[in-house]
This record gives sequence, structure tokens and C-alpha cells, in this order.
Amino acid sequence: MKQHLFEERHAREWQEFEAWLERGDKPRGEPRVAPAQGALDGAEIPQRYRRICQQLALARDRHYGADVVERLHRLAVRGHRVLYGARGDRKNRFLFFVFGGFSRLVRRERRNVALAAVCFFGPLFAMIAVLQAYPDFVHYLLSPAQVTAYEAMYKPDAPRLGRTPAADSAFAMFGFYVWNNVKIAFQTFAGGLAFGIGTLFFLLFNGIVIGAVAGHLTQIGYTEPFYSFVSGHSALELTAIALSGAAGLKLGAALVKPGRLSRKQALVTAARGAAGLIYGAAAMLLLAAFVEAFWSPLTEVPVRLKYLVGIALWVAVFAYFLMMGRGRAH
Amino acid sequence: MAEALDTIHSVATPEGVELDLRLAGPVSRAYAWLIDFLLRLLILLVLWIALIPLGGVGIGLWLLTWFFLEWLVPAACEAYLDGATPGKKMMGLQVVHDDGTPVAWPAALIRNLLRAVDFLPLFYGVGLLSILVNRDFKRLGDLVAGTLVVYRDRAHKPAAIPPAAPLPSPVALTLTENRAILDFAERVSTLTPQRAEELAEIPTCLVGGAHGAAASNRLLQIAHHLLGRRAR
Repeated sequence: MKQHLFEERHAREWQEFEAWLERGDKPRGEPRVAPAQGALDGAEIPQRYRRICQQLALARDRHYGADVVERLHRLAVRGHRVLYGARGDRKNRFLFFVFGGFSRLVRRERRNVALAAVCFFGPLFAMIAVLQAYPDFVHYLLSPAQVTAYEAMYKPDAPRLGRTPAADSAFAMFGFYVWNNVKIAFQTFAGGLAFGIGTLFFLLFNGIVIGAVAGHLTQIGYTEPFYSFVSGHSALELTAIALSGAAGLKLGAALVKPGRLSRKQALVTAARGAAGLIYGAAAMLLLAAFVEAFWSPLTEVPVRLKYLVGIALWVAVFAYFLMMGRGRAH
Repeated sequence: MAEALDTIHSVATPEGVELDLRLAGPVSRAYAWLIDFLLRLLILLVLWIALIPLGGVGIGLWLLTWFFLEWLVPAACEAYLDGATPGKKMMGLQVVHDDGTPVAWPAALIRNLLRAVDFLPLFYGVGLLSILVNRDFKRLGDLVAGTLVVYRDRAHKPAAIPPAAPLPSPVALTLTENRAILDFAERVSTLTPQRAEELAEIPTCLVGGAHGAAASNRLLQIAHHLLGRRAR
């Protein structure tokens, strides 16, 4: 068939398809404009799209002019985006993730989570223990300026705990905690691309620093202000750091031992699970920042209540990851 | 075409056709990044002036904005605004999955979080290296997320072939030769007459030793015949 005839015969069809794309070229969501009279029905589209593809193949095979091939190609690309880009029901994805998806993912990744937790909590507790026995060891870990700053933040007579003089307001601290802590989580995750070494570094480093601060403040007897401050947000914050570490280790593991996949393919596969861990960890850190900014610094609240809340949150976090979303088929 | 140009990424669809995506190289992506960066800087600067006098709440809001602009807003733009941050939009770029479908949240987030690695050691050193080494111009974030940065299709402008009376070719033509003549006819309106005539004089067996405007017109006549138009 000559090109002229081919174009003449199918021009209408192409115009209709084009018009439909114009109306609803957004891969998701409702068409923006109400369908005009005689316009294509959505149910017809897959068949129309397949016809366009077939015509594209024909036009290429017959070496028709670049113009018509280009036009068909453009229609096929846009049709492909609309048809294959449609993702199912998105409304409840968030709730599914919160009520089960996330905890199931964490349980599935328990080996990475356990490894990350050991790398993070191991040095943390080790430092606390070491500093009780050898108080001067803190000077290998923190600079004198840092030591003085932390001591000032948790002075037993401070009206608000954990504040630096520069930012003395709950909301400023909230912004700072989000900006700083979530950044640490994201860096820990991204470090996984260096065969997991970056992740291990961030986990160990943060474990050691937090352990050094906690150990030093315990040793000089600032236990009550310090632990009553951290108890509230510790459950969410520390767990989230470990989870972001697990996400990074998952990437690293895909590079170190890709199994039967190519390294690239293994990475892409690993990243899908890791993305879920990172969403979850970031959300936990947002919550933790909220608690840390608005609840933890209060000195009006009885210390016991703060400890109680802290313990309750640890129990809640563990219960969530151990029990939420079991027994539902997915 | 895909074999000749290595900036094209072909996606085979279940319908049995190959869709060609035109990959975006490091320079246009760098411009897009620069636009986004300046935009971010501008917003943060304006907010700094507006919010800092408010004290604690202002500082908090400003840090929150910084955090969201740095990490999450680019991913949200790519997931919801047709795969493009404002900079990419201005450069005519778009992020898609490897199979050409619109990028969704998980991939958009991963590629944006891994910018932290691509940025190392400074100014996207790792990312640039990865783009140069990789066949599909992927930085590490794209590799992991399974995404491509491609040029968005421009609006289709039908080529105007100047009218001429159809005339069959004096010799049998192969498909490739057909195509070359059609390409000439579709592009002739964008060439200067001199260049068009110069080109038309090359296939002497077709134009029969005609020169100048006659040669170019002769090729147009053959093109019309190839298209299937017949002299009335």
C-alpha cells in the first residue's frame, strides 16, 4: 500500500486517538475535560492502541516517510505511557503500608535489620560501658568543645533540656531535628551503594558518638536530665536509624552477593524493598523529631512519667514490628 | 535507526513494536540541575528574609523547608508532575522507568536519595562518571531506581511537502532509497534553495542530468509518486 493511501485511510483513527490522549494524557487521574461528542470511549483504547502499534510496525517496515513514522511513534509512546503507566488503586496504599506493609517488610528483612542493629547498638552500649570504667576515654571520641556543649545541654538545673543556646525554641529544634536526623538516615541508606561500607561507617560512627555522649553524661552523674530527655524519642529515633542502616545494607548486599542476578538487576530488585524501609524510617524520624522537640525537653513533667512514656514507646515499637500485619494474606 | 544512534534507548512493547526513547546527556541534565538549584536557593533566600525575624518558629520552618526542598520535593515533582522537576521541565526532560512508563514514587524517591552518593566527591563526580560509563546515561541513582532521563516528545508538526506533479522513478528503488527521497521531500522546505538543488543533483540517474531547480523539482515529483499520489 502506498503511503498516501495508508495515511488517508487511517488519518481519522489517528486523530481520534490523539484527541483522546489530549484529553487524558495524564498517566493517572481523571481526564481533564469532559469527553466531546463522538469521542473515543476508554474501553476502546487498548484495542486502538494495539492498532496504532501495528500501523507503526507496518509504516516502519514499508519505509514510509519519517513524518508519518514519527507521528505514529509519538502516538504509540504516549499510549504506552497511559496504558502501562496506570497503577491500580492508590488510595489505600498509605494505610496498607502503615498497618502491616511496613512491619511485614521489616520482618522479611530481619537479617539486614539485625545486622544493622548490632552495628549501631553494639558500639553504642559498648561506649557507655567503656566510659564507666575509663572516664577519660571520652577525649578520644569527642573534642573538649563538644564535651562542654553536651554538658551544658543536660545540666541538671537547665530549664529546658537538650537545647543549644543558638536555637532556644521548640519549633526551631523540631526543624533542626528533622533536617539533621532524616539527613543522617538518608546518608546511611545512600552509603549502601559503596558496597555497604558507607552504611557500616555511618552506623558505627553514630553508634560510637551517641554512646560516647550517653556514657560521659552517665559517668559525670547527669543521668536524670539526660535519660529523661532521650527516653521519649529514643525508641522511634534509634530504631529508625537502624532501619535506614538495614536499607543501606540491603543495597550493599545486592552488590556484594548478587546471587543469580546481574549486579545491576540485583540492585534494582533490592532497591524496591529498601525504598519501603526508607519511607518507614523517615516517617518514624519525623515522629521522633516531634517528640524530641515538644515533649522531651519539658522539665515540668515528672521524670517518672517521662520514663514511663519512653518505655511504653519502646514496647509499642517492638509490638508494632513483631505483630502488626500478621495473618493477613498479601 | 536505533542501531545508528547510541543516544536512543529502545523499549520493546508487548504489542511487538519498539519505542525509541531519546536519552538526555550530561549537559542538558546539568542545566536542569542548575535551574533547580537556583530555584531552591531563591526560595530559601526569600524565606530566610521572611522567616528569620520570626525567631524560633521561623528558624524551625526554614529548616523544615530546606529539608523538604533538598530531599523530598524533587521526588514529589517527578512522581506527580509528569516526571519532571521545574528545571527538567524547562530543559524538556522527563524521568521515566526503564520500560518507558511514567516514574512512580518508589523509583523517584530512590533516585533522589541516592543523589547523595552521585554528588560525591564534589559536584556530581561519581554521577558524571557513571553517566559517561553507562550506555543509557544513568547516574547511580538511575541505575538503582531503574529510571531513565529522556527528552519529552515535542508536538508533532506535519512536514509540508511542496506540491509537484507525481512522476514515477526512472529506475527501481530500494526501500532505503525510497526513504531517502521521502526524507528529502519532507525537509526541503527547511533548506535553502541552493542547498536543496545541490543535494538533488547528486542522484544523477534519477534527475537525468537536470540541474538547479529542475533537479530539485524532479526529486519532489518522484517523492509524490512514492507517496502514492497519481497524476490526474
